[in-house]
Amino acid sequence: MNGISDGVTVHEAHKLLKEKKISSVELTQHYLERIKKVEPKVKAFTTVTEELAMERARKADESIADGKAGLLTGVPLAIKDVICTKGVRTTCSSKMLENFIPPYDAMVMEKLNAAGAVMVGKVNMDEFAMGSSTENSAFFPTHNPWDLERVPGGSSGGSAVAVAAGEAVAALGSDTGGSIRQPAGFCSVVGFKPTYGRVSRYGLVAFASSLDQIGPLTQDVTDCALLMNVISGHDKRDSTSVPEPVPDYTKSLKPDLKGMRLGIPKEYYVEGMQSGVSDVMKAARKKLEELGAILEEVSLPHTPYALAVYYIIAPSEASANLARYDGVKYGYSYKGNTMWENMEKTRGNGFGAEVKRRIMLGTYALSAGYYDAWYLKAQKVRTLIRQEFDKVFEKYDALITPTSPTVPFKIGEKKDDPLAMYLSDVCTLPVNIAGVPGISIPAGFVDDLPVGMQIIGKHFSEETLLKVAYAYEQATEWHKKRAEV
Amino acid sequence: MKISREEVLHIAHLARVALTEEEITRMSEQLSELLEHFEVLQKVDTEGVTPTAQSVNLQSVMREDEVKPSLLPGDILANAPRREGDCFRVKPVLE
Repeated sequence: MNGISDGVTVHEAHKLLKEKKISSVELTQHYLERIKKVEPKVKAFTTVTEELAMERARKADESIADGKAGLLTGVPLAIKDVICTKGVRTTCSSKMLENFIPPYDAMVMEKLNAAGAVMVGKVNMDEFAMGSSTENSAFFPTHNPWDLERVPGGSSGGSAVAVAAGEAVAALGSDTGGSIRQPAGFCSVVGFKPTYGRVSRYGLVAFASSLDQIGPLTQDVTDCALLMNVISGHDKRDSTSVPEPVPDYTKSLKPDLKGMRLGIPKEYYVEGMQSGVSDVMKAARKKLEELGAILEEVSLPHTPYALAVYYIIAPSEASANLARYDGVKYGYSYKGNTMWENMEKTRGNGFGAEVKRRIMLGTYALSAGYYDAWYLKAQKVRTLIRQEFDKVFEKYDALITPTSPTVPFKIGEKKDDPLAMYLSDVCTLPVNIAGVPGISIPAGFVDDLPVGMQIIGKHFSEETLLKVAYAYEQATEWHKKRAEV
Repeated sequence: MKISREEVLHIAHLARVALTEEEITRMSEQLSELLEHFEVLQKVDTEGVTPTAQSVNLQSVMREDEVKPSLLPGDILANAPRREGDCFRVKPVLE
């Protein structure tokens, strides 16, 4: 059908729609059929919103006929199931919210809907965004389209797979410690975690409020810029959203890195990094130099403490945020004999193992007698990590690291070893701790398994990151390789 | 760093999470292992360092006090596990 059988990017879809070579109804039908075909293998979706999607596609076609087509009008997208969608169940891949239907839309959904985008469904994740493999979903694990026996990463595993397996043109995810970038790297797609405060968290189900940020997962850097143009911006309903003007991010898409100073933080090339990943990064650095960038080794000495800082702060915030699930207002509710029994069993039965582990860890770190030694200490080391980034960005435009120390691991390999699982986020966690932006882009393969390159910048340097990412992408072919499912 | 069974029960009580016997044992082992690893933090010199609670430099964010429609009670209560009229229904708190 009109050359879209292999799927299209957002900018390609827009062109086809605008030139009336295809209708949004046809495009949406193609993606719904593709979902039916590959879902039994990859299991990326928690809910497919077929009827709603067709209704929105018809509306989009009317706008296009009226000459009012925006860049996202009529384009089928997948949305991580942690983002509230009015009237469409939002589960957080948890038994706790299995039947929860939000009475309002998240800010990003208001923006996507206003732009005429077509949501084809909600996608799977680690329960409440806690995890690095999407195995912590209470419903089912999602499979990596590059190797169905391997994890897609997480927690936005469903978002990355929906894009990589051609089930949606692009997707939204959320990133608290790497949850957009790590699955993007594992599935060979582009994943962007914007600066903390760049995108409103209104309607994003809270995990760790000082770290959470929504961002796009796309097939290429151009699509990433297009989605950033739509979802960024200040929102009075999120008091941590920053009233900075939103530039046109597509203006950064210029393949020129002449004179750009890129730091290579040696602490990210950690012990335990696979040699294949190391080789891919070496080749990527060479390519960046060929493009005119100046690369130098730098040091961020507090990096090794980021894991501990993160796994104290994020669970502490989670333990407070998840106190709301009491079986009274919404969600799963145990029906016993007393109020306390109901609350304790609602939480005991409704949450999965990892969520309970983090609630316990956070409650411990915040409890009387331990607060100073754990939570306050972690917040102070957080300051040191932040200052280190500030300092290195006085001299460098961006930092280049691998997104993960390994290629995608096997399903089940790390499921019962929390520490091993936590270590797979070791390169992405510091970015959230400092609140700076980070992007993962396809950088190559090791034995047909994807490797992502992470580019980190200072606060609100989204344009610089897109520029580096675009230049590298245009000089390589990795983003054109598609997983065969 | 050892988190005892008693400590696990104390934290579970604070967090209001019912745990099974098996979960109590596993939680004791896993929390002990994790905290032992996180003890590296104690080695960092943080003398005189101010804690970071959030990473953007916004302070005391205020907004205009505007009158606008809020969600309707029926919309909010639509997800209630137990409701009575326009109220959430719960078991007695004080008996």
